Amino acid sequence: MVIARRDFTATVLSKTFFFFLLGPLFPLLLGGVFGGIGARVASQTAQPVVAVVMHEKEFEVLYKARQRLADATGEDAVVHLAYYAPEPDSDAQVKRLLKSSNPPIRAVLTGWFGDPKLVGDLRPDSATERQIKLLLRNSIMPEFPSPRLDVERTAPAAGSMAKDRAVTAQLGQMFLFFLTILLAGMLLSQMIEEKSNKIIEVIAAAVPIDSMFLGKLFAMLGACLLGLLVWGSIGFATVAFLSGGNLDKIPAPAVGWPAFLGFAVIYFSMNYLLLGALFLSIGAQASTAREVQILSMPVTFAQVLIFGLAAVAVGAPNSPGAMAAAIFPLSSPLVMLARAAEVPGFGPHFLALAWQALWVGIILAIGARLFRRRVLQSGRARPFWRRRSTA
Amino acid sequence: MLRQALAQSWTSEFAVEARNLVKDFGEKRAVDGVSLTVPTGSIYGLLGPNGAGKTTTLRMLLGIIDPSSGERSVLGNIRPLEVASRVGYLPEERGLYPSMNAREAIAFLGALRGMPLAEGRRRGDQLLADAGLSDWAKKPIRTLSKGMAQTVQLLGTLVHDPRLIVLDEPFSGLDPINQGKLERLIRERAANGVTVIFSTHVIAHAERLCERIAIIAAGKVAFEGRVDEARSRLRQIVRLRTRACDGPWRSALPANARCEHGEWVFELPDSGPEPLLKALMDGDAGIETLAIERPGLHEAFVAIAGEAAAEAMGNPELGG
Repeated sequence: MVIARRDFTATVLSKTFFFFLLGPLFPLLLGGVFGGIGARVASQTAQPVVAVVMHEKEFEVLYKARQRLADATGEDAVVHLAYYAPEPDSDAQVKRLLKSSNPPIRAVLTGWFGDPKLVGDLRPDSATERQIKLLLRNSIMPEFPSPRLDVERTAPAAGSMAKDRAVTAQLGQMFLFFLTILLAGMLLSQMIEEKSNKIIEVIAAAVPIDSMFLGKLFAMLGACLLGLLVWGSIGFATVAFLSGGNLDKIPAPAVGWPAFLGFAVIYFSMNYLLLGALFLSIGAQASTAREVQILSMPVTFAQVLIFGLAAVAVGAPNSPGAMAAAIFPLSSPLVMLARAAEVPGFGPHFLALAWQALWVGIILAIGARLFRRRVLQSGRARPFWRRRSTA
Repeated sequence: MLRQALAQSWTSEFAVEARNLVKDFGEKRAVDGVSLTVPTGSIYGLLGPNGAGKTTTLRMLLGIIDPSSGERSVLGNIRPLEVASRVGYLPEERGLYPSMNAREAIAFLGALRGMPLAEGRRRGDQLLADAGLSDWAKKPIRTLSKGMAQTVQLLGTLVHDPRLIVLDEPFSGLDPINQGKLERLIRERAANGVTVIFSTHVIAHAERLCERIAIIAAGKVAFEGRVDEARSRLRQIVRLRTRACDGPWRSALPANARCEHGEWVFELPDSGPEPLLKALMDGDAGIETLAIERPGLHEAFVAIAGEAAAEAMGNPELGG
C-alpha cells in the first residue's frame, strides 16, 4: 500500500502526467490533419463529374433520374452531373470540358436520348459508364406510378443481431487491446527508478518483493484508470454530441450497455494486471533503460499475438478456439469482453475473473521469485544434482 | 514442525543470532559459515576489509537475500521480514527518491516499516529540527548535498524507533563532525536498550563504540567476541627507554626485543613485569621511561585477520 501510494502520487502529481493525459489528443490531432487532407483528396477522387451537353429539358429529366438513384443508394454512390449548354463547335467544347479540373470532369455526355454519346477517360464497362446507361434508361422509360409497398417491421433478426454484436465485440476487443498496448508497456521500466536510486535495498529489507511488485502494479493501474476516466468522459461527451444524443444507434451488447461498460473497465483492469505483472517481472530483470527499450519491441509483438489469439472468439464465442483463448490467462480478458458483447449471462464472467486474478498472483509470485534469485541473487543452495563440481 | 523446532532453539537473550551462514554467488563463496550472537541492547561491529562479506552477511540477517545454507534469527524470528517494523536499516549504497522532499522521504521510510504516514511526517519534522535541517524539510532530495541526503536517510532509518538498527558502513562519506554526531546517536540509542549492528572497515570506530565485534576476513569469522577479548589475544607491549645503552640487564629483555628510535619495544614476558624491573634496577639500566601498553584493536585485527587484511582496511587514523 505504501509503495502503491508513493508510485501513484509520484506518477499523477508529476508534470509528465499532464502530457500523459494529453496523449490521446495527438492521434486525434493527427487524425484531424490527415483526415482533412484525405477529405480534400476524397472530394477530388469521389464520384466523378460527368458534363452533360444536351438540351436543357433532357438534362432535367436525366438529373431527376440521378436524384432518384442517389436517394436510394446515397449521394456519394452516384456520378455527379453538371449541365453545359451545347455550343456550335461540339468537338471543341468536349475537348475543353475534358481539360477542366474545376469541376474535375471525367467524361462528357453529348447528343440526345435517342443517340447519346459518352466521351472520356473511361475503362471498359466502368461504373461511370454503367451508371450513365442506367440513368438514360430510367430517363427515357415512361414513368409508372410507384407501387405501394407493404412493410411489416419486426424485432432484429437473429442474424443481424449476432452480426451487430460481433461488431461491438470486435470494437470492444480492439479498444481493450490498444489501451493495454499503450499503457502496460510503462511497467517494463517501473523498477529502473528503484534500481538506479539504490532504494531497492531499503524496500527489499522492509517488505516482501511480491508486495513491492503488487504495489507498483496497482499504482500504475490507478494512474491509468484515472487517465481513462478523463479520456472516457471526454470521449463519451464527444460521441454523444456527434451522434446528437442518439447513442442507442450503436449496436447494444448482449449483457446490456451498463454491464458491458462495467465489464470493459473490469477486463481492462485484469488485462492490465495480467500483462503488467508479466512486463513488470520482465522489466525488473533489466538493469538499464537501454535493456528495457530493447525489450519493448518483442513485448509489443507478443501483445499483438495475444490479440490475434483473442480475435478468434469474435463471432464464435462458444467455439473450442474461443474457449481455449478464454482459458489462456493472457488472452482471457479480451475474449471475455467479446463474450459479454455476444452472449448474455454473468456466470462465466465471475469464473473468468477469478481465474484471471489467480494468474495475476501466479505471475507476480514468479516475477518476484525471479527478481530475488536473479537480481538480488537470493535463494537457498542449488540441489546437488545442479551443482557443478568445483574440484 | 521443523521451522517451529528451529525457532524454539533460539534464545531471546540475543537480538540477532546466526549459525553457519553460507552464501554462494555462482561459483564464488562470499560468506563461508558465519556464526554470530548479538546481545540485545549492545553495540556490535562487523569488522573487515572491503569484500570480506560484511554486507552480504547483513543482507542475509535482514532477509534481503536468503542464505545458501545456515540459519538466522532476528529479534526472535527466523523470518526477518516479519519483524521489519522493529528494524531500521541503512544500506551501504544510500538511496532515496530524488523528487521526494526530505520530510516525505523520512515519512516514506517510516511507512515502509509500518508507521502511519502522518505520524512519520510529524516525527520527520522533529528529527530534521533536531538535526538542524528544518529549512531543508520541504526541499527535494535532489537539491540536498550528499551528506545531507545521507543524514535524511539515517533519520528515515530511525524514525519508527526500531529495536534493532543495522548500519552498513554508516561513517563513510561523513565529515568528522557528522561522524561524531553519528557516534553520539548510536550511543544514545544503545543506552535506551536498542541493539545496534554496524559494519565498518575503520577500526577506530569499532574500538570506540562496540562492546562486541566480529572480524570477518575472506567470508569467514576470524574472531567473534568482546573487544577486550580481541585485544587480550595479544600480549601487552613494553616500551622501555634507558640511560645506559648496554649492560648485564640486557639479558633480561626477550630475544625478540627491538630498538625503535632509542626505545626498546617487546612483548611482556610470561613471568610478568616484576622480574624485568628487578633486572633493570639491579643492572643499573637507568630507567627513563617504562610503559606497559595493551595492544589496540588494530594490532589485534592484524594478528587475527592477518597483515594483508589489515592493509586492505587502510590507515585507521585517516578513517577517523
